[in-house]
Amino acid sequence: MRDEQEEILTMQMDAPEDVLAEADTLKDQLKRMARQNKLAVVSAVVILLFVLGAIFAPVLTPYTFDQKDVINRLAAPSAEHLLGTDELGRDVLTRLLYGSRISLLVGVVPTVISMLAGAVLGICAGYIGGKTDAVIMRLADIMLAFPSMLLAMVIMYTLGDGLINIFLALALVSWASVARIVRAETLKLKESVFVEAARSMGVSRLKIMCRHIFPNCLPSMIVLFTLNIPSAILSESSLSFLGIGIKYPQASWGLMVNLGRQFLYTKPWLSLAPSIAIMLVVLAFNFLGDGLRDVLDPHLKDQ
Amino acid sequence: MDEAITLRVQDLSTSFFSEKGEVKAVDHVSLDVPHGSIVGLVGESGCGKSMTARSIMKLLKYPGKIVGGEILLEGRDLVPLSEGDMSLIRGEEIAMIFQEPMTSLNPVVPVGKQVQEAILQHRKISREEAKKKVLHMLEIVGISEPEKRYRCYPHELSGGLRQRVMIAMAMICRPKLLIADEPTTALDVTVEAQILELLRELRDTIGTSIILISHNLGVIAQLCDYVYVMYAGQVVEQAPVLELFDNPSHPYTRGLMDSVRSLRRGDERLSTIPGVVPNLLRLPQGCRFAPRCPMAGENCRSCPPELSPAGDRHLARCPYARR
Repeated sequence: MRDEQEEILTMQMDAPEDVLAEADTLKDQLKRMARQNKLAVVSAVVILLFVLGAIFAPVLTPYTFDQKDVINRLAAPSAEHLLGTDELGRDVLTRLLYGSRISLLVGVVPTVISMLAGAVLGICAGYIGGKTDAVIMRLADIMLAFPSMLLAMVIMYTLGDGLINIFLALALVSWASVARIVRAETLKLKESVFVEAARSMGVSRLKIMCRHIFPNCLPSMIVLFTLNIPSAILSESSLSFLGIGIKYPQASWGLMVNLGRQFLYTKPWLSLAPSIAIMLVVLAFNFLGDGLRDVLDPHLKDQ
Repeated sequence: MDEAITLRVQDLSTSFFSEKGEVKAVDHVSLDVPHGSIVGLVGESGCGKSMTARSIMKLLKYPGKIVGGEILLEGRDLVPLSEGDMSLIRGEEIAMIFQEPMTSLNPVVPVGKQVQEAILQHRKISREEAKKKVLHMLEIVGISEPEKRYRCYPHELSGGLRQRVMIAMAMICRPKLLIADEPTTALDVTVEAQILELLRELRDTIGTSIILISHNLGVIAQLCDYVYVMYAGQVVEQAPVLELFDNPSHPYTRGLMDSVRSLRRGDERLSTIPGVVPNLLRLPQGCRFAPRCPMAGENCRSCPPELSPAGDRHLARCPYARR
């Protein structure tokens, strides 16, 4: 079926003077994505807004993240406090903005670390095979056999609190699944004719892994990336709730959801505001990921 | 050692060690590729043509192993070389092009970059110089507007163009030997003719010797100087191309030729060779072709024939070849 399609395509393209499209630059590709995929653009804008909000938090609000106003505690949204105040009278919007700093960092940094580590290990395991494969994949199996939350907690207890340690803990629990998927992809690519062709040109093993295998793994890695960011954000929230992540009075969205839990029926904005923020960011990353994958994967580009 | 020989393969045997036993995919094959010639390897699917090619490149997949013989590239034996030494030879001295131009290029790298990578692997030159050489080579293989095509991804090119890019990649270091493994099987007939013509031109201008693997006798007849016919891992007949087509001596070769359409023969039914290629795990005791051979005698079934002279520079693995 596929062969047939390809044959037809070839026949069409073998027209006298092989007519073809101008080669695309990345800029053209992004422009095309912007035209075809409005959702991805909206998502990018949402993410950008959150990033700007995180960076310019001190400029955007007159309060600081731990400025208490006990008389006004648990105030409903008003012109003074757009999203109300929490149980200690701190401005919720301010804490939301400051919290996005931590939530975004925690979403992106450990995910990038674990993607890179997982990709390197997965490609080595898949391409080199043999003992290297066995050692790396058994290690990954061991990591996957632990409940990841428990593992993250153990790591946090051992390393102590702090942002850097959260990065490490979250990266350590998520590299294994990345490695597995990348390895599977590598095994498939290893058998492809173009890798054999590269070998027949005397291209070294390292170069084949870097230039031929890795770029072809990217589309699935981008999808994984967008799935892992939200789960990292959520893991951080859980850790913070358990008291081994971000420390009070620092703000993080997970922490805010959990603090608002006890007032869920009477003052719902306390939990709703950070929840909606989490949802927006998570969805935006997913949609943007889909859009990017369509652009970056040349197979899908012309369809 | 004869200086005019680019590649001499002697008694090469390659086996696959499967769970059911040893599969002799290539069995004591000897062949010579004189300098600047095009040598054909022809046979049905599974007769060991591609395995011979892969053995020469030493690109065998896991259970496959060269178990004996020599591969002499201008007198230097490749069989004992390490993987590291081999990768210096691949692309630089021997290059290969593949059957499917659809899949033999990396889909996410612009084609120019892929050709460039091949030359940067072997030559210590700057990127600009390499790019110049790539553009020049793209022009040599008949790609118009090389600057524009340089930035194209494989999916933006037609099958014929992709095969040209593949040939440019293989020829960029001007190797001594090019192995073309069914280079035109996936292409339509007009493009096939162009590609074959290109290979001939490259032989003439660059002086690269070519091993052309094909199951298409027409392609072989058009292009080759000397032909080896393979059957079940062995060479069953070898002769200069005209001699082979004028005077096919092995019944298998005759069978192959009879099963090709011919204008001379009119519209009678095509003849076919009865039976199938034997299972390499259970080879017949005597001649491997005996079960399908119209003239096999008692002797053929019990004792395997040797390659014996059947004419000028013409050998055939059949006792009846001289008749």
